Amino acid sequence: MSAHAHPTVKTFFAVWITLLILTAVTVGVATLDLGPFNAVVALAIATTKALLVLLFFMELRYSSAMTKMVVVAALFFLCLLVGLTLSDYMTRGWSSYVNPFR
Amino acid sequence: MPDSTPAVHNLKHHFADLEQQKDSSTFAMWLFLVTEIMFFGGLFAAYLIYRLYYFNAWVAGSQTMEIKLGAINTAVLICSSLTMVLAVHSAKLGNRKLTSLFLILTLVLGFTFLGVKAVEYHGHWEHHEVPGANFHFEHEGNFDPNQVQIFFSLYFAMTGMHAFHMIIGGGLLLWLLISNLRGRFSTEYNTPVEMVGLYWHFVDLVWIYLFPLLYLISHHHNG
Repeated sequence: MSAHAHPTVKTFFAVWITLLILTAVTVGVATLDLGPFNAVVALAIATTKALLVLLFFMELRYSSAMTKMVVVAALFFLCLLVGLTLSDYMTRGWSSYVNPFR
Repeated sequence: MPDSTPAVHNLKHHFADLEQQKDSSTFAMWLFLVTEIMFFGGLFAAYLIYRLYYFNAWVAGSQTMEIKLGAINTAVLICSSLTMVLAVHSAKLGNRKLTSLFLILTLVLGFTFLGVKAVEYHGHWEHHEVPGANFHFEHEGNFDPNQVQIFFSLYFAMTGMHAFHMIIGGGLLLWLLISNLRGRFSTEYNTPVEMVGLYWHFVDLVWIYLFPLLYLISHHHNG
């Protein structure tokens, strides 16, 4: 853990500019009518921005393997939370059970 | 107060050295952030399910958002993340003046965000979009306005919890600033600055998802 590489100020400014550009792009794309792909593109851009913040601002790229594992575990449990919840709610109409929300 | 406290005074007795102490702090901070991810994850999951169920109401509610204010706030938060990262960098270099400057800038940007958010909340209040007895939503779409009320409940829960985290972050920044002015940080010991940095960036991360989900993705659908 002692041989830490460290990001430079130049990296921080490059990430910052990229984040601002991506924000402008996502606002611009929202004015186009892409149907269901509006959500897909917006979330793809958001995820790119999130990765930039995680890797460089939160220095995950330079962190120990244990820290990286904690983050991957968090994302795994987040997927479980959203995935299993949706697999319940989205399949309720498949049985004779009457969906109270419809 | 001495001009700079020797770093060794910050070493708690149950750690072998500052390096081990810092690794423990970093690990614990990330574990805390995992619980935060799951906390906000629950809100995001609720938002997603209701958006799928009450799609038309969700679109109508989302289209009341002011994209311009949301975009400005996104930029403000990104800038505050840059100043935070520069504060951490300055603290690591032992540059006390620059650390203070960047902490103050981060604080100012954080409060700018909250100010813009307050303007938005005021607009929702004026337009009777706050859930409760005074809620009123004019529309022509084929949906129950109470579904829009659920949209706004989640909107206020999510942005409110986010703003609450920002306020806590503001307090932490103030504490860092005072500690820094008292010369508590040095090239050897600057863990608190780094940990608050992680927290601040996490709050930025949440907003990076809130902005497109609440403001942008429903902009073009017809409710």
